Amino acid sequence: MLQHCGLGHNGLGSEHCFCFLKVELIMAHSKPNAERPLSPHLQIYRPALTMVMSILHRITGAVLYFGTALLAVWLISAAISAQAFALVHGFMISWFGQLILLGYSWALLHHMFGGIRHFIWDTGRGFEVKERHFFAVLTILFSLLTTLAVWLAVYWVR
Amino acid sequence: MVQLNLPKNSRVTKGKVWPKPQGATHLQEFQIYRYDPDGESNPRTDTYYVDRDDCGPMILDALLWIKNKIDPTLTFRRSCREGICGSCAMNIDGLNTLACTKGMDDVQGVIKIYPLPHMPVIKDLVPDLTRFYAQHASIEPWLHTTSPQPGTEWRQSHEDREKLDGLYECILCACCSTSCPSYWWNGDRYLGPAALLQAYRWLIDSRDEATGERLDNLEDPFRLYRCHTIMNCANTCPKGLNPAKAIAEIKKMMVARQV
Repeated sequence: MLQHCGLGHNGLGSEHCFCFLKVELIMAHSKPNAERPLSPHLQIYRPALTMVMSILHRITGAVLYFGTALLAVWLISAAISAQAFALVHGFMISWFGQLILLGYSWALLHHMFGGIRHFIWDTGRGFEVKERHFFAVLTILFSLLTTLAVWLAVYWVR
Repeated sequence: MVQLNLPKNSRVTKGKVWPKPQGATHLQEFQIYRYDPDGESNPRTDTYYVDRDDCGPMILDALLWIKNKIDPTLTFRRSCREGICGSCAMNIDGLNTLACTKGMDDVQGVIKIYPLPHMPVIKDLVPDLTRFYAQHASIEPWLHTTSPQPGTEWRQSHEDREKLDGLYECILCACCSTSCPSYWWNGDRYLGPAALLQAYRWLIDSRDEATGERLDNLEDPFRLYRCHTIMNCANTCPKGLNPAKAIAEIKKMMVARQV
């Protein structure tokens, strides 16, 4: 089959257009994409703030599955018996349990502020260079400050 | 599919260090991705030294200098050398941009150059853009009308014409789409920022009469909604456009037509 080179030679009669020979020559020498190497991506791409925040939003979202399951175990243990609750509660208030809860509370708050940021984007706002960097910094700042506030409040009430 | 590592045949090895030009005092080191489709070996990074006193200021100048004076086999696309054709799009210093508009002075230290990320490599810095162009074609980037053809041109008010600013300037260099992790993982089903920016350019064109059909075509969990506002597209666009915002506007149109 004749293949035209697409360089505007189509106006000529095909007997005058020899570029198809060249195209076929190239095609014969080219590899299918399955055999071609894939160019480097994550390995070489320079991380930007918004990119890092996006992956953090994913990670904190995934963490919430486990954290929420943990809270459910806490509540279920309370419903089962005093001994079961004492066991789970003992773990939760140990230093390791508190570390997990600290991580969970930060993930929850970070994901919440990230959600608000997404909500603002859904209205078509916050896309300019300064805005998107400002919102990213604000999200991380708010999530850290509110986590700190929550834990100060917990220790103060206790 | 998310695959963080490169496939076996794509892992980059250390390549050749080419000799420094003799008598040069002002040297710039380059590490450039090489892949020879005629050989059996994996891609590699070659090291070159460019004599800055003998070479123009842009990265493209340096690539041409290397091709002319050191290694004629170095392969890359280029044409206009002034940022309007989009041919010399590549990953320079970790960001996708045009080699012709990026100055060597904009990069600190060794200048590392790779092809556009997560694309099949034909040779060296030349990726296969077939799918990228097919995606652009799929949004039917031309005027659709049902009204009778006017005697003169289709008229548009100044205000309506202004809506196309920030969209029509796209040169389809593929920097944005190939910077997008969502496009990396789902490029077979997600249209990517470039095609979607073009889709929006036709959606808001006051002369176009196929807005509904255009939106129907994008109403899909992957084609449009794989955009997760990572914003690499807007960060990297060498023309300073904002595909992320265009995509958000399409999502708004989707909601607006259902309310």
